[in-house]
Amino acid sequence: MKSALKILLALVLLALAASALVWALNVRGEVDVKTPVAAAAPSDSMVTRGAYLARAGNCQTCHTAQGGQPYAGGLGIATPFGTVFTSNLTPDDKTGIGAWSSSHFWRAMHNGRSKDGRLLYPAFPYTSYTQVTREDSDAIFAYLGSLPAVVQPNQPHTLRFPYQSQAALAVWRALYFSPGVYEPDTARNAEWNRGAYLVKGLGHCAACHTARNALGATEQSLDLAGGLIPMQNWYAPSLTSPYEAGVSDWDKQHIVSLLKNGVSPRASVTGPMAEVVQRSTQYLNDADLGAMAQFLKELPASHTTPPEPASIKTQGESVERAAKLYEQHCAQCHGAKGEGIANAYPALAGNRAVTMGQASNLVQIVLNGGYAPATQGNPRPFGMPPFVLVLNDADMALVLTHVRQSWGNRASEITPVEVNRIRANSGR
Amino acid sequence: MLTPKAGLGHDGPMQKTCSAPPLQRLPKLLRLFAVLASAAWLAGSPAAAAPPPFEDTIAQRTMACTACHGPQGRAAPDGYYPRLAGKPAGYLYNQLLNFRDGRRHYGLMTQLIAPLSDAYLMEIAQYFSKLEVPYPAPLPATVPPEALNHGRQLVMQGDTARQVPACVQCHGQAMTGVAPGIPGLLGLPRDYLNAQLGAWKAGQRRAHAPDCMKDVVSRLTLEDINAVASWLAAQPLPASTKPATSLPPLAPGAQGITCGSAPEVPLVPAAITAPVKARK
Repeated sequence: MKSALKILLALVLLALAASALVWALNVRGEVDVKTPVAAAAPSDSMVTRGAYLARAGNCQTCHTAQGGQPYAGGLGIATPFGTVFTSNLTPDDKTGIGAWSSSHFWRAMHNGRSKDGRLLYPAFPYTSYTQVTREDSDAIFAYLGSLPAVVQPNQPHTLRFPYQSQAALAVWRALYFSPGVYEPDTARNAEWNRGAYLVKGLGHCAACHTARNALGATEQSLDLAGGLIPMQNWYAPSLTSPYEAGVSDWDKQHIVSLLKNGVSPRASVTGPMAEVVQRSTQYLNDADLGAMAQFLKELPASHTTPPEPASIKTQGESVERAAKLYEQHCAQCHGAKGEGIANAYPALAGNRAVTMGQASNLVQIVLNGGYAPATQGNPRPFGMPPFVLVLNDADMALVLTHVRQSWGNRASEITPVEVNRIRANSGR
Repeated sequence: MLTPKAGLGHDGPMQKTCSAPPLQRLPKLLRLFAVLASAAWLAGSPAAAAPPPFEDTIAQRTMACTACHGPQGRAAPDGYYPRLAGKPAGYLYNQLLNFRDGRRHYGLMTQLIAPLSDAYLMEIAQYFSKLEVPYPAPLPATVPPEALNHGRQLVMQGDTARQVPACVQCHGQAMTGVAPGIPGLLGLPRDYLNAQLGAWKAGQRRAHAPDCMKDVVSRLTLEDINAVASWLAAQPLPASTKPATSLPPLAPGAQGITCGSAPEVPLVPAAITAPVKARK
């Protein structure tokens, strides 16, 4: 009996200690929001800079509901744990952030804590934004304050147990989040550091391009090494692998072109990255894009030899049918030998988007079609028709396997099951 | 060139002609679509073996559209993917915005046009609006004559007692629409018309506020909708299928309407000041 009490006492103490640790980890580096900040009207140049930085952070895309008022929030972001609804960032006192100070905003960006003290869900990528400087945070806040106030109450999240609780979120943060402003690497030049700051901070590239674990945290060790975007069936390819989307051997100007125009002589963007280019990177100036390109070019390579495909099963007697399907549905634009048409339709031969081990994007593109983003540099993009109604799972698998294994391409086959899984999750 | 092989039993037609897809496995409606698509493919290429040379045209750039909406946007015969050719540009543009902004719902459309700019969407709308391609012959109606009469009555006269305006009041006496924002009502399959009016009634299809079509359709019963759709679908196209350039004069006693989707068209004549709702 006595020993049972002792064990109980020990457990209680342990729980208290753990709670104290979680609490301490959650408030470390917390911003002081009590000291009043001078509320002088921000200068026009600060607002302009804030607008530019808000573009770099792509804030508006998530903080605007479909067809809704810009920055008034309300967009539902589906996660494996339920749906998180974005908040109203317009300066309305009651429903927006009109009553916030720049310190409150900085604490949200830097520490992931709202004005009322509640912890924020990391669907808001403060795990990246924590790297942003106070100066930049203040400029964004000044810009948001210049927007027309929209009265639109925030919608409560619909997260499942236990993810809806602040305690669970505190534990998650204790495990996976630590605040910290970007520290320049003195061994590198200013351009590289500017690029690193943008990619790791406002650009929040890691939110998609770094794999997430079962609890939705990005794995720091595999920074920018590619990740499946939760709930979307799109794979954000590795930026460190020359066999996925690594750019170490690209001309810097081509990287800039991809981020600015959505197209480049080496690749074009589609899917979620088209949205990023359309709404964010196309608005960045050439100096910043060049800096990002420099940083991305110099990321340490994860592979020096091509990763071995999971399996290469030849198509056997289906090969003729696969070739026929290709000729019938694909060759007109992508060429009889997968050579594509310059400045219009991408080549499939030697195309990393075709041969990547993770083939979700390939299936998505053929199922649903898609356009490159309309940008200043490429205002009238060409489009890929959807084949969701034209090709069944078996035929789509055949033709995709064909393009993955022809003209020097060497990649694993696509199975009808794989096509079916993505078709079923496309949701129309 | 190809020889049939065991294990490929389902692709018989494909082995006989170069361009027919594996029809047997597609649902009936899709089969029609596939036939149409392949017919167009053949028509566009005198030598079936050589695809047409690449030309940098807006037609080329909108092949993602015509894959479903039919060559030159002349509609898929399944009644689901409507005709685009010849519809007023403002109407087509509004529909693109409606899909993008969530007033109409079809994930495939929304996703496809999401990365495009307003300017490009307008260019696409204008391109399809200028295409003059023949309409299919109307299909004979399958509803009783009384229902057809009822449909014609609603289209031409409306129903004053229920405050239902005549369709022709806005869509033009010839029912070919009014440029730039109001679509024609002819040359559309009954199923499509039924589906669209039904979607409006159910709140699944919306237009820019104030949504005049929503108000009108809310006063119709499903029987009314079917009668209107059946009658419209059975009408032949007039000699000129182009949208009118101005609205017909308002019939004596008819109520004016305010439409967010056609703000540039004075649907409310100055003489008649119907209550106008606050515009956002």
